[in-house]
Amino acid sequence: MHIVVLIKQVVATTNVKLDPQTGTMIRDGVESILNPFDEYAVEEALRIKEKLGGKVTVLTMGPPQAKEIIRKAIGMGVDEGILLSDRALAGSDTWATSYTLAQALRKIGDYGLILTGKQAVDGDTAQVGPEIAACLDLPMIAWVRKIEEVSPEKIRAERLMEDGYDVLESPLPALLSVVKEINEPRLESLKGKMRAKKYEPQTWTVADLPGFDLAQVGLKGSPTRVVKTFTPQRQYHSEMIGGSPKEAASALYKKVVDLNIIH
Amino acid sequence: MSVENSQDVWIYAEQRDGHLHSVALELLGAGRKLADDLGQKLVAVLLGHNLKPLTKELIAHGADKVFYLDSPAFAKFADEPYAQALTDLARAHKPAIILGGATAVGRSFIPRVAANLQTGMTADCTALAIDPEKKVLLGTRPAYGGNIMATIVCAEKRPQMATVRHKVMKALERNEARQGEVIEQQMAEKDLTWRAKVINTVKEVEETCNLAEADIIVTGGRGIGSKENFQLVRDLAAAIGGAVGASRAVVDAGWVPYSHQVGQTGKTVCPKIYFALGVSGAIQHLAGMQSSDIIIAVNSNPDAEIFKVATYGIVGDVNEVVPELIQHFRNRG
Amino acid sequence: MNYFLTEEQKMIVDTARELAQEKIKPVREKYDEEGHFPWDIVKEMAAADLMGLYIPEQYKGMGRGIFELCLAVEELSKVCGGISLAMAATALGTFPILLFGNEEQKAKYLPDIATGKKLAAFGLTEANAGSDAGNMTTTAVKDGDHYVINGTKQWITNGGEAETYTVIAMTNKAKGPRGATAFIVEKGTPGFTFGKKENKMGIRASATRELVFTNCRVPAKNVLAKEGMGFIVAVNTLNTSRPGVASQALGIAAGALEEAVQYARQRVQFGQPIASIQAVQHMLANMATEVEAARALLYATARSIDAGEKSFAKISAMSKLFASEVAMRVTTDAVQVMGGYGYMKEYPVEKMMRDAKITQIYEGTSQIQRNEIALQLIKEAAKKQ
Repeated sequence: MHIVVLIKQVVATTNVKLDPQTGTMIRDGVESILNPFDEYAVEEALRIKEKLGGKVTVLTMGPPQAKEIIRKAIGMGVDEGILLSDRALAGSDTWATSYTLAQALRKIGDYGLILTGKQAVDGDTAQVGPEIAACLDLPMIAWVRKIEEVSPEKIRAERLMEDGYDVLESPLPALLSVVKEINEPRLESLKGKMRAKKYEPQTWTVADLPGFDLAQVGLKGSPTRVVKTFTPQRQYHSEMIGGSPKEAASALYKKVVDLNIIH
Repeated sequence: MSVENSQDVWIYAEQRDGHLHSVALELLGAGRKLADDLGQKLVAVLLGHNLKPLTKELIAHGADKVFYLDSPAFAKFADEPYAQALTDLARAHKPAIILGGATAVGRSFIPRVAANLQTGMTADCTALAIDPEKKVLLGTRPAYGGNIMATIVCAEKRPQMATVRHKVMKALERNEARQGEVIEQQMAEKDLTWRAKVINTVKEVEETCNLAEADIIVTGGRGIGSKENFQLVRDLAAAIGGAVGASRAVVDAGWVPYSHQVGQTGKTVCPKIYFALGVSGAIQHLAGMQSSDIIIAVNSNPDAEIFKVATYGIVGDVNEVVPELIQHFRNRG
Repeated sequence: MNYFLTEEQKMIVDTARELAQEKIKPVREKYDEEGHFPWDIVKEMAAADLMGLYIPEQYKGMGRGIFELCLAVEELSKVCGGISLAMAATALGTFPILLFGNEEQKAKYLPDIATGKKLAAFGLTEANAGSDAGNMTTTAVKDGDHYVINGTKQWITNGGEAETYTVIAMTNKAKGPRGATAFIVEKGTPGFTFGKKENKMGIRASATRELVFTNCRVPAKNVLAKEGMGFIVAVNTLNTSRPGVASQALGIAAGALEEAVQYARQRVQFGQPIASIQAVQHMLANMATEVEAARALLYATARSIDAGEKSFAKISAMSKLFASEVAMRVTTDAVQVMGGYGYMKEYPVEKMMRDAKITQIYEGTSQIQRNEIALQLIKEAAKKQ
């Protein structure tokens, strides 16, 4: 079976800051990594391949530097990587990204299973998986915490819900998004790292995607637009509440109620 | 869909096992305000099987109109039939806005609907508003683990879609006097595409506290004094609806199990309110909780490190202050 | 200091560091406390291709040398000198085969060790034959195409967990040092059992057991080199493996230094971080200097062995002696810098101090290393005359 894992390059920390003048994110000196949730997807793909045989390909959309995360996946043991990179894609929102990745998956064509992390830790949207499933008209199982059974024809998986889990069965091909409970990702092996160092992923531009509609992507083609970014205000000063235990407790209670968190 | 001929604010009224999810009522609360600002109707969409009585609840909580689609295919949540039904309904009636809960269900299928409709969506909003001039939806959401907030609009495509975090919006008071219209439609299974199917549902009620997820955590430290006194921590947690945490000293002393431990060698938590009762605030403990939104410390030692990170602090004996707090929270007054 | 590692050596260091940080660090305290053998970590080491660094590629290893083994052991030991020992002790048990095995023996045993499917162990020490290895009483008597081994080996690292053992036994007591022979003994051979697991001060994640031989019949084809060459096998094995112990000691010292420096930057006393107090600064400066000196000596030794130097007994003993003494001093000082916190199990330095101690004892005590160094010195001086 050909398993395609959708991966994304993200900044290594969520502790990012905005430039107070421009309102854009300060990226200087911030290290980029493979989105941690996607690592679980890569690991799961490798485990399925160990069972069923076949091939694992990772696909990412991003700037040329995103090759680094493809190399990381190669180090873990995936067979091939494809980078989708084009200036026309800059500024794409989730819909535009989903459309583009769906077109790339159409070009790959022979996938039996598409895996992805539940969300990227930068945007945290979790939208791209379901939107690609819609674009390709594929069945989807989100928040997969365990794959109980998989064959080239069908899959049975546990979907993590707030109050437990659902067991779903689906024919393949299908798209699954995985949560961190599913496995513990392997490290890159030494042999993997050696292969990765020399590995040059295939690089596609939108011109490589048949029938690609440029009007759907980039800043122009994206239905949504960020109109404002800001840093949430954090309270750092401490306020001491004095008085007798009774008075202090009463004053504190009022303050807590005013926070509007407790209903 | 075009901007001109779309109108009304829709909310997806999530149900699980035939019970309305509280996020559905919260969405009605938030949606009511948006609909009023636009001068349009608030519409709830309920998908389920044999759930007619719930339509009344939706109206009592603010809906002007309820689309109730009944099908055996809706009994258990599955992306495809849910997305298909909501997509078709939206195509037919052209809402201006569709909101869903940012829950396991909403985050799974609402984006699928957005893609079907080739429109934009903003996930996990914590604030919603209508731009008074342009009359578009302003969805504000956290990114980068909450370190950055972004306000997003979908200016030219309709519907404008968003999912909204649970427990952020306020539901309206239930009012049976509210009037509304219910439009019911039966759908046959065969009319719905349906490949990934739920074959089993398993409930896992956590015996242990789910510290990592809790919005409110009440933690006791060595200053509580004894295993018996630790009951005060549990009582306050129960009164306030929070989870019970513990410092390492308390866990090591055997007062509570390890699963409650907060700190470097325990769990890292980020609740909205963190009560540190009799917790001195060792570096290892602070590492596990200092990013909490509001930190409330009670400690008899005025020099305790915990006060340096506290939003509110009380210097005093926890065994005197906490019983008073419990009374207030139990009585909500 | 920049040791100008090759790209590949840097990859080995990175791989070992990631494994140590992500897989070992979260569990080292648990393993130290419970004293279980870290099989799950051994599997990770195998999956990362670290178990066969020093084994030739034709036997499924990575085809590198002692230096690469040392780099990996050092990185792992920075986090846990007990867990890293599963790898280092396997190397010790493998060297007799690597150095003296015939083609058939190598082909049979090395691939499983290189791929981490099996661990190895080396059986030399006995209750009354520690530093005085010549006093051993385990015997091997030839009987047709087998040898019958009787006796007990003591404090064998990886004992009970390893599958492949290289064991030294007396085949002819009358011949003295020329009467010992080295054997490969497989776990599961009838008559080969294990004694109780020792309860140790440090390196508690490592398994230490007795190897008990009761009329254990081992095929004659499992003899390494030739009958009578047992001590030559043992001496060469130890000379080759001592850099491994040195790298374990170095790693423990470097790990403790790092903890102490981090702590000193954060810990505030008298209104300032203790790192700005000169008494503390001087301790840290000494620790860092000693660690770097131990590293320089070890790296030079390991590179020299890999480059083909034949007489490395002295430098090998020196690097082991120096690194283990440094490990003991540096870990003790790390505890001192961290004061009461350093003494608590909440921080890893008290464990590092306990782990460091063994490096001054096993594979030749510090005193035996000095004997060896002095012996080589005198030999060299005699040659010059």
